[in-house]
Amino acid sequence: MLQIACPHCGPRDENEFSCGGEAHIARPKQPDAISDAEWADYLFMRTNPKGALAERWCHTVGCRRWFNVERDTVTHTILRVYAMGAPRGGGGGA
Amino acid sequence: MPERYLRQSVLAHLGLESRAVDDPGDAGLVLCERAHLGKVGLRGDPADKAFLAAVEKELGFALPLRPNTVTAGDDVTAFWLGPNEWLLAVIPYEGTPLAEDLVKALAGLHAAATVLTDSRTVIGVSGPAARDVLAKGCPLDLHPSAFPAGSCAQSLLGKADVLIHLHDGGARLDLYVQRSYADYLWRWLEDAGAEFGIAVLGD
Amino acid sequence: MKRQRQRLDVGARIDRGQRLAFRFNGKSYEGFSGDTLASALVANGVRLVGRSFKFHRPRGIYSAGMEEPNALVQLGTGAASEPNLRATQVELFDGLEAASVNCWPSVNFDIWSLNDRVSSMLPAGFYYKTFMWPTGLWMRYERAIRAMAGMGRTAREADPDRYDQTNAHCDVLIAGGGPAGLMAALAAGRAGARVILADEQNEFGGRLLSEPEDGETIGGRLAVDWVADARAELAGMAEVRLLPRTTVFGYYDHNFIGLIERVTDHLGGAAPEHLPRQRMWRVRARQVVLATGAIERPLIFAENDRPGIMLAGAARAYLNRYGVQPGEKVLVFTNNDDAYRTALDLNAAGIVVPAVVDLRADPQGSLPARAREAGIEILAGHGVVGTKGRLRVTEARVAPVSDGAVAGPARTISCDAIAMSGGWNPAVHLFSQGQGKLRFEEARGVFLPGNTIQANRSAGACNGAFPLAVCLAEGTEVGALAAADAGFGAPVLALPETKEAEEAPMEVVWQVPSDRPPGKARAFVDFQNDVTTKDVKLAAREGYRSVEHFKRYTTTGMGTDQGKTSNINGVAILASALGEAIPAVGTTTFRPPYTPVSFGAFAGRELHEFYAPIRRTPIHAWHESHGAVFEDVGQWKRPRYYPRAGEGMHAAVRREAIAARSGIGILDASTLGKIDIQGADAAELLNRVYTNAWSKLEVGRCRYGLMLGEDGMVMDDGVTARLAEDHFLMSTTTGNAARVLAWLEEWTQTEWPDMKVHMASATEQWATVSISGPKARNLLAELTGDFDLSPDAFPFMSFREGIVAGVSARVFRISFTGELSFEVNVAARHGLAVWTACMTAGEKYGITPFGTEAMHLLRAEKGFIIVGQDTDGTVTPADLGMDWIVSKKKPDFLGKRSLSRADTLRSGRKRLVGLFTEDPKTVLDEGAQIVAEPRDRPPMKMIGHVTSSYFSPTLDRSIALALIEDGPDRMGQTLHASMPGRTVPVRVTEPVFFDPDGERMRG
Repeated sequence: MLQIACPHCGPRDENEFSCGGEAHIARPKQPDAISDAEWADYLFMRTNPKGALAERWCHTVGCRRWFNVERDTVTHTILRVYAMGAPRGGGGGA
Repeated sequence: MPERYLRQSVLAHLGLESRAVDDPGDAGLVLCERAHLGKVGLRGDPADKAFLAAVEKELGFALPLRPNTVTAGDDVTAFWLGPNEWLLAVIPYEGTPLAEDLVKALAGLHAAATVLTDSRTVIGVSGPAARDVLAKGCPLDLHPSAFPAGSCAQSLLGKADVLIHLHDGGARLDLYVQRSYADYLWRWLEDAGAEFGIAVLGD
Repeated sequence: MKRQRQRLDVGARIDRGQRLAFRFNGKSYEGFSGDTLASALVANGVRLVGRSFKFHRPRGIYSAGMEEPNALVQLGTGAASEPNLRATQVELFDGLEAASVNCWPSVNFDIWSLNDRVSSMLPAGFYYKTFMWPTGLWMRYERAIRAMAGMGRTAREADPDRYDQTNAHCDVLIAGGGPAGLMAALAAGRAGARVILADEQNEFGGRLLSEPEDGETIGGRLAVDWVADARAELAGMAEVRLLPRTTVFGYYDHNFIGLIERVTDHLGGAAPEHLPRQRMWRVRARQVVLATGAIERPLIFAENDRPGIMLAGAARAYLNRYGVQPGEKVLVFTNNDDAYRTALDLNAAGIVVPAVVDLRADPQGSLPARAREAGIEILAGHGVVGTKGRLRVTEARVAPVSDGAVAGPARTISCDAIAMSGGWNPAVHLFSQGQGKLRFEEARGVFLPGNTIQANRSAGACNGAFPLAVCLAEGTEVGALAAADAGFGAPVLALPETKEAEEAPMEVVWQVPSDRPPGKARAFVDFQNDVTTKDVKLAAREGYRSVEHFKRYTTTGMGTDQGKTSNINGVAILASALGEAIPAVGTTTFRPPYTPVSFGAFAGRELHEFYAPIRRTPIHAWHESHGAVFEDVGQWKRPRYYPRAGEGMHAAVRREAIAARSGIGILDASTLGKIDIQGADAAELLNRVYTNAWSKLEVGRCRYGLMLGEDGMVMDDGVTARLAEDHFLMSTTTGNAARVLAWLEEWTQTEWPDMKVHMASATEQWATVSISGPKARNLLAELTGDFDLSPDAFPFMSFREGIVAGVSARVFRISFTGELSFEVNVAARHGLAVWTACMTAGEKYGITPFGTEAMHLLRAEKGFIIVGQDTDGTVTPADLGMDWIVSKKKPDFLGKRSLSRADTLRSGRKRLVGLFTEDPKTVLDEGAQIVAEPRDRPPMKMIGHVTSSYFSPTLDRSIALALIEDGPDRMGQTLHASMPGRTVPVRVTEPVFFDPDGERMRG
């Protein structure tokens, strides 16, 4: 049971949250202008690093806000919590 | 058609009135259904001064802007639910006039007021074992140092989502719960609290 | 009064005034309050307590704690019976009943001990080598092996005991209430931190409880008195919670710790009714102090598994804590000084200690010196090289040993017990579970806590600090540091003085040599799973180099004891066989739970009605009192049908469906999801999440929408009404209400944060009464005078607000049945009243409540899909023949791009069609597979499946919807549906069976 610091509500148990998968996968601005392969890349392909991974989480049973979490996939250490829309990196990870 | 029949309390089927006592005695857990609170969901941008001013004018007090805090006037209590979301608990029962007034006051602003009176009910919890009972199903730290009197928080209790409000003085908690989970939650509380002894109060 | 023939008359921490009667393997015994089942058995001279797992060899009590591999018992009988409990941990209570596990017909004569005679045929990896061939026969072997190898028995009945769970938070959690843990608790508690101190034993004190009363002192007090003082001080601290009888069993991420408290297990039949049997604590600790002590390491020598051979510390515990003689002539065998304490205590109690056999050539510590003074013979540089005795040890063969070999002739020493010690292994299990890395210390052959990413500190024996003074010092230090890190500056705690014997260095010996031919005299490494040194070496020769593979191949450490006494020895012997250093081989991963935890405790109170919330609509009471049969839809209970007396489901559904088509049916639709959407961009949001266009929907009108995932697959559908220019009410399917709201929130928060729109769940605010059928308008007219119901004034797909049956309502003229329908939405508290008003006013029209079953039938006649029944996440709008709802003009919407992917455009996709069986009476099974040619040999090509199937009373024949490859191109073809034991010919047809132009619902 991870403990995740909701940027609004403070530290809460993992079961109050839902994970939305990898962060910083921007939806293509003009889907019709890109190839099937590019669309499939957006739709299906995710990195699966051993180490720091940026993920989107939502505090589902709390404030219902989405935010980004950088988590070490080996140790589950949470390296950084940052706002939706803020750039990747900066904190203590890749 | 009798008024009583028109207005069904969410937990009416549990026959709580017949169990209600005036003095809870040495019961460790004291429960009641607070069926007659109006509720209004409010959304808006706290960075928008016009929004805050309009709401303050309507309510007579300012919305809470710090997470997990509560502000209140004579007959309205405002709970912080999220950075742009609040729940207003209203006495009397009907929340509609307040919602309508708010809708008018907020016209032209990026804000929304929704009547939610029937969507949630409130279970009042008190007694010396109240925190111990809640701890059985709530992952929050309910210690006074972490959850002081006068604060609120949304979390889980058993398998129900709840908004917990610890009243000033710290002796009484209110659990705001979705209507269809109220029966589950009440039974859950009775089951969890059985070892401490339970008393039911009238509304 | 029964005689306990091995019981001492004085001393120890038992209450001789409280006699407790118990039964073991059918015989009656007596013990005292304060006993464990194991100590009471030893007191009664019961040596043989179990049989080993594989060879069914006779085994005796080996330890005095949770590491016990042998003394596993079935506790109690009937429904509450619990298997595989360690007799060394079961506190004795009056009326206790227990039996050995893993022996049949009795522990004294175990028929499967024949396995022992043929043990050379049961080497490591025996199961893998023997029973995997020929292919397929494992299933047959397995039954016999399971019967033979079974441990305890689980009760067939439901567990009648109650279990509870609770969450807790603290600044400092301390695992272990021995001297280090107590000091840590005092240090943290005095600093004002919130402390939880948990210990698996019935009292705090750890090792100190097993030492002689006049042994060590702390602060000038007897050690046990110091423990009592410390406990009393801690009990007086408001922020300290003491949890005896509580095992810290799991160390999870972010200092999330699992504890299991045995609340009433020790009370037996006297347990108060209001308390749970066990309580699981789920603790989030800012800081953790591990003070989990150490587990004595056995010496591995030939024939080391006879009953009566036990750990030296355990022998001391039985003597000092329980007042029990572990034997009458107890040989002590050691490679360290600590076992001399056992020899001294036994000797002082008048028990014969024929010798201390010490593997070290020249033991010179203060403890050996005291033994010499006491007249105990010390055989230095000697080892036990073999033993004798069938159901208990009767003699030991002792020989000089040097450089790992027998160095002289053996002599025989008669004894009825051997107390042996190979040193102490720090209990690093919890530290390791919490992702801590272990380091190996060569001198003592121990794994110690190394680096960790979690906020914890180890203190005392689990940290390799064995002397009492060091335990106390480390406990004080880490307790204060933990409190400080949790924000509580700690006052410096004065360290109490101790009086204890100093120990000289041990000599690490992993395997004692034997003069017997290898193969004749087995030396057991893992007692519970009968793994011998020979098995370990064989595994090494067969190429098992990874410790994880080695463990599973030999089953070392895979018993219920998880190798508490065997893992390190196994690893060391493997390393030696591989010619590698021990740290290079490493340990297997320690995983929770530290000791077994009942499933009941994990389930807690989440049983029966608390397993999942049951959600009921505001009208539920009416359904219940009118005999509805309910169906689970997600967590909701929905009426499935309302049978009348003597009516089965089919008859009831038929009656309900006919009523809706000919008169009025009434349905509780309150469970449908409702989302209130407000804001200047509300219409734009709908444009982006639905396939069709919304901007031009007039206020007061409704529109059906289909929602896709980004993969282009249908995700949800429903009708949305425009309440005002910037205000919509969206409805979702019952099961998807939360998911769709989350979907809208996700997109608006993450991808489109600038959209001016707010969503709120309104599902529970409303009760929805749906009236359907040709007479629906007549009924509604009687209940409202507020608005004109004529078709022109209130057309299909529009809504009105007004008073219905005396209360404010929103009435939507929409239809899922294909009939003239009105959905009356009122505040939930009025739901029952409005429903009842409809029933009363509708009586003259023959109003008939209908359930989900009739609703499904009625919509299937119309070819309306149910998302999740006719779709399964692989179905596009085109697959459903619903291209008409996919806007060609909108530049983008969620899932649009996927609709032009090669895979969604290809031919051969499964698409929705209708099916008519040749025999109109035959109703297909939902899920039935469709084939083109039933005479093909298996595996046949399955081209689709039935998604919905009913008998339609309106058409007086069966109808079905199916997803079939290129279905629309097969119109009129005959295909075949597989049904149990037969195939049924079906004809492909359009998926709309009734009123294809929709005249009835628009009328």
